[in-house]
Amino acid sequence: MLDVGDGLVQARGLRKRFGEFEAVRGIDVDVARGEVFGFLGPNGAGKSSTMRMIACVSPRSAGELQVLGMDPSVHGPRIRARIGVVPQLDNLDQELSVRQNLEVYGRYFGLSRAHVRARAAELLEFAQLSERADAAVEPLSGGMKRRLTIARALVNDPELLLLDEPTTGLDPQARHLLWERLYRLKREGVTQIITTHYMDEAEQLCDRLVVMDDGLIVAEGSPAELIERYSTREVLELRFPPGAAPPADVLAPHVERIEELPDRLLLYTADGERAQAAIAGAGHRPLSALVRRSTLEDVFLRLTGRSLVE
Amino acid sequence: MSAPARVARSTGRAPGAVRGVLLVVEHAWVWYRGNWRATVVSSVLQPLLFLLAFGVGFGALVQGGSGVAAATGGHTYLVWLAPALLAVSAVQTGAFESSYPVLSGFKWQRHYHGMTAGPVSPAQVALGHLTWVALKTAGAGAVYVLVIALFGGVASPGIVVALLVAVLTGAAVAAPVTAFSATLENEGAAFSVLFRLVVIPMTLFSGTFFPVDRLPAWVQPVAWVSPLWHGTEVARAAALDRWEPLPALGHTAFLLALLGLGAFFATRLFTRRLQP
Repeated sequence: MLDVGDGLVQARGLRKRFGEFEAVRGIDVDVARGEVFGFLGPNGAGKSSTMRMIACVSPRSAGELQVLGMDPSVHGPRIRARIGVVPQLDNLDQELSVRQNLEVYGRYFGLSRAHVRARAAELLEFAQLSERADAAVEPLSGGMKRRLTIARALVNDPELLLLDEPTTGLDPQARHLLWERLYRLKREGVTQIITTHYMDEAEQLCDRLVVMDDGLIVAEGSPAELIERYSTREVLELRFPPGAAPPADVLAPHVERIEELPDRLLLYTADGERAQAAIAGAGHRPLSALVRRSTLEDVFLRLTGRSLVE
Repeated sequence: MSAPARVARSTGRAPGAVRGVLLVVEHAWVWYRGNWRATVVSSVLQPLLFLLAFGVGFGALVQGGSGVAAATGGHTYLVWLAPALLAVSAVQTGAFESSYPVLSGFKWQRHYHGMTAGPVSPAQVALGHLTWVALKTAGAGAVYVLVIALFGGVASPGIVVALLVAVLTGAAVAAPVTAFSATLENEGAAFSVLFRLVVIPMTLFSGTFFPVDRLPAWVQPVAWVSPLWHGTEVARAAALDRWEPLPALGHTAFLLALLGLGAFFATRLFTRRLQP
């Protein structure tokens, strides 16, 4: 058996098979109370399958899993009563009002009518939907539906909130508003597990994350640790006219590492401006040059040889 | 990492087996309170049209014919027809409510996925759906009984038993249809085949409008597998006060078995679909 410490989620050798296909191929995960934990990876990496096992809506194929100190295959309903889930696809009841969605959903958690009424009012405030409380769900914007879905996931005051691709499909303004609400929840002590294929989201939100690829965890740490371990401080991005890029080994002496993308070269170095000057000094004339900080995208590229968003 | 200032404690609890089912019914009731007008057409208007067309119109045509009196045991055609109309109406509602609305819960609105992210299980959602359909047919049926009474189609208090039998018949059809809908990935032609090749023929050849023994002998066995025929036989016996315990028991057992099997498969298929 697993040793249950302060971990809200503990997995050892966790696997998920669908017929012949193995979506999750043996992963170890520990999520501590109070932290925001991320699964970063491209579509198809096994993030959502992992989340569904943690959410107790998908039986594991092999390995061990404990959520809130309980085994999902034995205590699924009891665990689900204490967690909140924000799915990748909205599954609100479109034929109920905004408020009714919260109240009806709250009742499933064994909460009294008076409790859900009061809680719905708080959550409408939190989700900035008070003015739309009695409106139908169907005409709401994508950002509003997303906020309502998050509010609904909070109706039982969950100890653990699972968010599967929470901001996919939202415009930048809606994303920032949503992130701000998630920060607020973190301050209130709600443990969060987030899957995302946006590296900026992972950097913004996560205390700690794992990078997943092809059903396996390929790296683990805080965003800053991962960048420090797997990338350089800065990146010099160069674009050359088609066919005119110098071979990578010509530029290699000026930097630590080079990644060739279809439309540009990424040169990894501690000092981007100095590398840029050196390359210009050697007579190379890129169309454009940009120096930026390393991100988790670079970590992912280094670890897998592929981009996160393809 | 430093410990958070506050630690969230959930207020949620897992409801018990029966309570979970009732909460699904409550969800449907909240929906119904806001949308009942939209369902009046199918649950009240359509049965009313059947009553007018067959009970009143067609009934006036056939009334007085020697064959009618023999078939109805001396009752008016409307009195003879009324319990069967209750059963037909329940079957149509049961089948319809378990087709598109169920597939929508999985696929279009996806609210079944939302419901089962909480402590309620897929099996409770399936059973809650069937309970709701039964309650809804009971309510619509009660209104129907009153309307039929106004037209003079009620001969005895047995009509109340007929109503209960009709609700059982509707549920016995709703359960396998619910299970079937849970297997569909897309609407395709499945529902139109279901309604055109199963529900409508069942409506026509289950002894609703004329006794099954008026059909050619080789067609009659078809009626024996029709839940509507079994329900109609019992509902009619109750409404006309002509009980025969053994056949009534047999028909009821058939309906209960169909309901049980359908509910069993529905819960299994809901679980497989929502918790793969």
